[in-house]
Amino acid sequence: MTDAPAPVSASGDAGTTSRRHPLRGAVAYIGLTPFAAYVLLFLAIPTTLAVGTGFFTDEGELTLANIEGLLAPNVLQAFWSSIWVSAVTAVAGAIIGALVCYAMLGMRPDGAVRSFVDAASGVLAQFGGVMLAFAFIATIGSQGLVRVWMQQALGIDIYADGNWLYQVPGLLPVYLYFQVPLMIITFMPALHGLKTQWAEASATLGGTRLTYWTRIAIPVLAPSFLGSLLLLFANAFSSYATAAALISQGAQIVPLQIRSALVSETVLGRENMAGALALGMIVIMVIVMWGYSVLQSRTSRWQR
Amino acid sequence: MTTRSAVRIGAEPGRLPRTLILVIVGLIMAVPIIGMIEFTFRAGLSGGYTLDHWTGLVDEDAARTYRGLFQAIGNSLVLAVVTVAIVVVILLPTMILVHLRFPRLQRLLEFVCIIPITVPAIVLVVGLAPVYSVVVKVFGSAPWTLAFAYGITVLPYAYRAIQANLEAVDMRTLFEAGRTLSASWPRILWHVLLPNLRRGVLAASFISVAVVLGEFTIASFLNRSNLQTALLQVSKSDPWVATIFALLALLFAFILLISIGRLGRERKSSS
Amino acid sequence: MTGAPVHHGAPVHLSGVTKTYGSHQALAGIDLEMAPGEFIALLGPSGCGKTTALRALSGLEAIDGGRILIDGKDVADVPTNRRDIGMVFQSYSLFPHMTVLENVEFGLRMRKVEKMERRARATETLEMVGLDHLAGRYAHQLSGGQQQRVALARALVTRPRVLLLDEPLSALDAKVRVSLRDQIRRIQTDLGITTLFVTHDQEEALAVADRVAVMNAGRIEQIGSPEELYTRPSSPFVADFVGLSNKVSAELLGGRVTVLGATAEALGESLADGPVTALVRPEDIRITADGTPATVVASSFLGSLRRTQVRLEDGTVLAVQHGVGDQLETGNTVHVSVTAAAVSVSAR
Repeated sequence: MTDAPAPVSASGDAGTTSRRHPLRGAVAYIGLTPFAAYVLLFLAIPTTLAVGTGFFTDEGELTLANIEGLLAPNVLQAFWSSIWVSAVTAVAGAIIGALVCYAMLGMRPDGAVRSFVDAASGVLAQFGGVMLAFAFIATIGSQGLVRVWMQQALGIDIYADGNWLYQVPGLLPVYLYFQVPLMIITFMPALHGLKTQWAEASATLGGTRLTYWTRIAIPVLAPSFLGSLLLLFANAFSSYATAAALISQGAQIVPLQIRSALVSETVLGRENMAGALALGMIVIMVIVMWGYSVLQSRTSRWQR
Repeated sequence: MTTRSAVRIGAEPGRLPRTLILVIVGLIMAVPIIGMIEFTFRAGLSGGYTLDHWTGLVDEDAARTYRGLFQAIGNSLVLAVVTVAIVVVILLPTMILVHLRFPRLQRLLEFVCIIPITVPAIVLVVGLAPVYSVVVKVFGSAPWTLAFAYGITVLPYAYRAIQANLEAVDMRTLFEAGRTLSASWPRILWHVLLPNLRRGVLAASFISVAVVLGEFTIASFLNRSNLQTALLQVSKSDPWVATIFALLALLFAFILLISIGRLGRERKSSS
Repeated sequence: MTGAPVHHGAPVHLSGVTKTYGSHQALAGIDLEMAPGEFIALLGPSGCGKTTALRALSGLEAIDGGRILIDGKDVADVPTNRRDIGMVFQSYSLFPHMTVLENVEFGLRMRKVEKMERRARATETLEMVGLDHLAGRYAHQLSGGQQQRVALARALVTRPRVLLLDEPLSALDAKVRVSLRDQIRRIQTDLGITTLFVTHDQEEALAVADRVAVMNAGRIEQIGSPEELYTRPSSPFVADFVGLSNKVSAELLGGRVTVLGATAEALGESLADGPVTALVRPEDIRITADGTPATVVASSFLGSLRRTQVRLEDGTVLAVQHGVGDQLETGNTVHVSVTAAAVSVSAR
């Protein structure tokens, strides 16, 4: 039997083969089951459980008590702290990261500078948690290299009003350390997707450097910049390990609230509170990531 | 367009702003690393410097003193290997299958692989305990079982790395060419498709290893021992060794990531 | 349009322009005079420097030596945005975040033209290219041909004195290419703007330009009207690049060359008498009753004419162009001769 030339359309292959070999089509679907089962077991079920437990008491009765618990002042404070730490580090990280990307505009992608920055950013963006905490304790902890140097050489004591490294404000410089590399990774493709023809066309049409940036480059980059900013926010908001390593006791931000709910030995019946907190986190994350995907689609439309 | 022309019309920054930005940011980013390195040479509260912390790793007592830590490192390495296996054995075939046979499911697959960003480890872990009590019944409580959860955490990164490769190489045409040459599915997969996916699979693997080595949240809440939990534990009694290993882990990840970049470049020069 | 065309264009003069990139000399001394309103095509293979010459004229590349004069003034110190030029790029030059109308208005906006007038002039220019009905669309919603027409309108809206086109049609489909190049020529003639058009497609260059300059390795080999370039190429490079040519063994004697039994004037650099290679166009070879014998190898039907390949006794294969009436069978023996008055020669 000779085959007619296969249609080039994307769904063509699936259509023709399954029409002629129905068994083949069904067998192919089986090929999807390992992944589907895996994702079901280790993503769908845990997520559902995580969120679901928020609606039950220890005895298994449906209740809204945990959800109401979210409105307790200390929980609201934790949400607020999480939000403003994430927002501040997202904005600062976005600006600094964008500046670095700008500084590398026009450099060869396989040149020494860009290769190094790409690799370093890749590593430092993952450099969270315990190791990052060590680094900052070693640097600006009370015996830290920089702190001591500033005291002795400049006479400045950064902890004059108390040691803030192990509290919420201490998270700011630490989070920034992985926010900036993440911004570089995320924003670089967009910034380097600025076509030289646009700058050249702007020049031939009488534009200056200022008008190029204000009327063309920045408007074109805006969706991508904001999208990356949202990603940075989500990244900081969902970060746990770093805070856990620095702040050994207390629940000043939402992930630490979850820690306290799951690990708490003193307050009973708090485990299901973790579920409510998880729900709260997911709601915020979904909103942020939805905004991110909207901005991404706008970007890809222009980058033809 | 040459750089000079680009600078003249404002499309690129001049030499001075470039250097200033890169040097200033670079120096600031280097400080914590320098702080870590300096710390590992400190001789305790008495001041002064020593190599003891480093040499202590290779003396005869080391294996005993740091047994827990070395075991944790071993656990992390095993976890990395198993996670990569999950990526290669479960994710990769699914991505190829969807790309070639079920293109309409592409968006769904992408969505699923991006979910772990929206559902971070700290949320996932709240619901993982019950699942893992079942896992322990079936597979025992060996350290490697944690990889099941890690496979989910690395999904977004692995997916992106493999997808970039799938899109860059025209898999569909290669597949159809193989078919017209009368090759069967398995042979095409082995001889035609996989060799062309080497770059993406390696990139996905390296990133997965980096992520697994840095993972703390899930291991901590499931009371497992891995590199990060052990580091935190050790830091309470011997912060210097903890810092040394943190530096080494960082260096290892850096080498892995430079290798990915190198792979990409080799591909380009040979094509 | 009746009456003499109104020349809005400026005269352009490049003299001795050189440009080197590292060790590679992109421009090795370009001399070019463009009369106001003239349409000149810069033609040549990739790497010959034609785009560099165009960009030097625009100011996007700085030159190392020589002078560029626009309207009599040296523009060495005039940056691109003050040279009063319009430029159309090969592709992807429309600003993606602006509508078609906003793109076209951009040049007027830079000149601080006020809103109502800006809109009117931009719309008028869009009408010239026939796209005023797409004023509210975005670049990604347009076809390649439409995008280039918008790019053209954008470049023309300020009525620049010089128009530069950098291979504007190379990225388009064949049919669109032909209709768009005619449209460009029509508009350019109406507006009388001095125009420099870079292309590697010789058919395109011959079809639209007043004069064509053939470039090779950073120099202009020959400049002249399309007919001149085609019938009297001054060098083998030009003869070979512009139109098809067959390479045939010939004899040179006293300024005249004998090829396939016929004699013609010898063009090109002077060579010593004796054996040479003649470059003969397919339409200058005729199937005759007598002449050099050859065997028909293959024949292609090209719609309005036929092109047949014949093999001479010495093994050379010639392409012969003739009417569709003559049906030549493969394997037949025919006789061929040359009918041109002048052919290009190069060393054997």
